[in-house]
Amino acid sequence: MTTITSPTGTRLAKVFNSRQRYVPILATAAVLLLMWIGGSIRYENFADLQVLLNVFKDNAFLLVLAVGMTFVIVSGGIDLSVGSMLALSTMLCAWLITEEGWSPGVVIPLVLVVGAVSGSAMGAIIHFFEVPPFIATLAGMFLARGLCYVISTDSIRISHPFFTETATQMVPLGDYRIDPSVVTSLIVVALAFGVLHYTRFGRNVYAIGGNEQSALLMGLPVAATKVGVYAVSGLCATGAGVLYTFYTGAGYSNTGIGMELDAIAAVVIGGTLLTGGSGFVLGTVLGVLVFGVIQTIIQFQGLLSWWTRIAVGALLLVFIVLQRVIGARKT
Amino acid sequence: MPDPQPILQMKGITKEFPGVTALADVDFRLFPGEVHALMGENGAGKSTLIKVLTGVYQAEAGEAVLAGERVHFSSPLKAQQAGVSTVYQEVNLCPNLSVAENIFIGREPRLFGLINNYPEMRRRARELLARVELDIDVTAPLASYSLAIQQLIAIVRAVDISAKVVILDEPTSSLDTGEVAQLFRVMRRLKEDGVALLFVSHFLEQIYEISDRMTILRNGRLVGEWRTSELSRIELVSRMIGTELSVLEALEEQPKRELAALERQEPFLQAAQVGKTGLVAPFDLAIHRGEVVGLAGLLGSGRTEVARLIFGADRAESGTVTIDGTPLSVKTPRTAIGRNIAFCPENRKTEGLVEDLTVRENIILAMQAARGWLRPVPARRRDELVGKYIEALSIRPANPEALVRNLSGGNQQKVLLARWLITQPKLLILDEPTRGIDVGAKAEIQRLVVSLAEEGMSVLFISAELEEVLRLSHKVGVLRDRRLVAELANDESLTADRIMQTIASGEGGAA
Ligand SMILES: Nc1ncnc2c1ncn2[C@@H]1O[C@H](COP(=O)(O)OP(=O)(O)OP(=O)(O)O)[C@@H](O)[C@H]1O
Ligand SMILES: [Mg+2]
Repeated sequence: MTTITSPTGTRLAKVFNSRQRYVPILATAAVLLLMWIGGSIRYENFADLQVLLNVFKDNAFLLVLAVGMTFVIVSGGIDLSVGSMLALSTMLCAWLITEEGWSPGVVIPLVLVVGAVSGSAMGAIIHFFEVPPFIATLAGMFLARGLCYVISTDSIRISHPFFTETATQMVPLGDYRIDPSVVTSLIVVALAFGVLHYTRFGRNVYAIGGNEQSALLMGLPVAATKVGVYAVSGLCATGAGVLYTFYTGAGYSNTGIGMELDAIAAVVIGGTLLTGGSGFVLGTVLGVLVFGVIQTIIQFQGLLSWWTRIAVGALLLVFIVLQRVIGARKT
Repeated sequence: MPDPQPILQMKGITKEFPGVTALADVDFRLFPGEVHALMGENGAGKSTLIKVLTGVYQAEAGEAVLAGERVHFSSPLKAQQAGVSTVYQEVNLCPNLSVAENIFIGREPRLFGLINNYPEMRRRARELLARVELDIDVTAPLASYSLAIQQLIAIVRAVDISAKVVILDEPTSSLDTGEVAQLFRVMRRLKEDGVALLFVSHFLEQIYEISDRMTILRNGRLVGEWRTSELSRIELVSRMIGTELSVLEALEEQPKRELAALERQEPFLQAAQVGKTGLVAPFDLAIHRGEVVGLAGLLGSGRTEVARLIFGADRAESGTVTIDGTPLSVKTPRTAIGRNIAFCPENRKTEGLVEDLTVRENIILAMQAARGWLRPVPARRRDELVGKYIEALSIRPANPEALVRNLSGGNQQKVLLARWLITQPKLLILDEPTRGIDVGAKAEIQRLVVSLAEEGMSVLFISAELEEVLRLSHKVGVLRDRRLVAELANDESLTADRIMQTIASGEGGAA
């Protein structure tokens, strides 16, 4: 071949679409802000900080659930088992503490271990047997729900002082009071953020979501990462279950039916692409807040709670279309 | 003189895929401080050998010895840890991650297990890229860069890992000569440091320029190992192909037809002041019936962009495209296809082939789309056509039911080409159609383009290889810095040198 030497060397114009990945999250923030402003104008007391704090409080468990889901979706997978895992976690807590008389100090770590282990098991099945995540976690969902019923079909109340007292203990913040579950969920968010952005594991999650085959050929530990992602999700699900137990003071087999879908919705509204490889935990926080603010508006309006579902459904649709539009512009 | 002790020795490697023996009892050795070329036609088994060595595939038989120890890698990660660093044939990076991360992922600098220094990572990435003279925004996602740049980034990643063995499987296929020179500089430096390099390329000039030794494979079997200086090109080609075919000579003579006669008619396609800011400055281009128009220019000079604007893959901001005398108001790929224009894109992986469909389905795809899904192509006619193109382009294995994902890189390229040829377009836009295609098949494809043009098809031909452009085109459009700077008639006076001068100076006396 003939040699061409360019006088300037090869300098390619910068392609300036690198900011594009922030578009979905900014859109979510904008929607949230609009709803907040709209609510404040329309309803008295809506703008009170305590209302926002209550949104956090009522959705702390959903936030934790959605954080775990963010890992899974960024890696290009899906986890349908988290609603059932949450229920199983509440049942295990209630049963072991109330009926078996175990100490919460033992039960809570145990429950978290159960979550991480069963998550890992699903991850391993997904990776090594090449079962689609949808199927594997659907099986996990039935399994966990079934176990709940094996423990008990009735609701079990917890009267252990640790639960009843911590549940009412508030962290003061100036004039306001913050529920410990809110603090816990925010710590989980911070941890997840750190893991996703400042550890190799976190970066590998993004790489696998971008292109699993490439990640493998680049010499990244794909198997360990995939198993790890589902372990994180399982851990978050049972962690959310513990928070839920504090919230309701009981364990009940039928809790959290369909909650995995709420978590997925929150993650998607928060700007994470369902196809994997792109998304932020902070987006997920916004997604959960959107969820919560819709709930609050509907309460203020005095509508029935299923209007929340309709509003979330509509919003979800809008966001998925938005993502498609952005995705199409990229290519 | 290479060290007498090989750093890597593979013996009796056999690899079977369902229905195909990709490698049969192949031996291979690699010395420190040498560049070793692995040669063979498309589908000879080069990439498979590399993947067996690096743990992507597990061989049925055979063993590998690395630095005196028997090794058996279960995954690319293990191979990398043992000092074997690889750039696989297709760019294998993560499109969603930033350039810097693609270079460093898996070995980011850490403090107490945490990635602590992103600015440092970006700085190092810029430094490494500067060695191949790339000055790009390393925080942008990989997907925002062209294939060639992605390829350079993949190379930079592999080379930066401190390795004993560096494997480059067709790293130069989408690079232009400037980049290739950069790459060779990097390779020579590694060689001086005692690294063993394995290099695959279908460009014989590159092989003779950089390699010290070569191993030839044919149909999954070892033909032999030679010092590059002891094997002539003709011998090399005949050993690769297995017959005494004088492909190289056949390539030389290619009758050039009278440009004047072609240009007397109304042009088939006339682009007037078509342009888009940031892509290409407004340009005029006329393509006549039966004319082959070549586009030459450096990487990133706007070759592909011209094609995309004409096809409507990017929406032009100014100008008009007139086809057969009728101006087109809206230009989208659909309207272009409706006017019998076909576009064979350069990136087969992301823009072309459906890897999980068979060869037949992939070939028939565009033709079926043109007919509409309600009018299936009759099975007999379909099989006949598919068979014809499999033979014309010597796609191997010659099995229409083979999955495209299992084909070798070069054969995938041929499938993509067949898809567009089969639609019998009036204008065929070919963007780097011979990328990764072996010498024999390249000649076949060039001959095909010439004969199609003789039958009245117009062709817009883009290639980084100037000789190829010169051999085929009636006229050559020269691009520089995203501007069509000259249109040169391809008569006796036009040489590669003159095109290069035009590229360098930006003016060439418009034809
Ligand atoms: N995963 C697979 N499954 C089935 N067959 C395969 C697979 N990978 C490769 N092959 C077959 O093995 C043979 C060797 O392919 P390979 O990719 O090694 O060729 P190559 O020498 O690298 O060719 P090229 O120059 O086109 O890249 C081909 O016939 C190919 O069809
Ligand atoms: Mg190959």
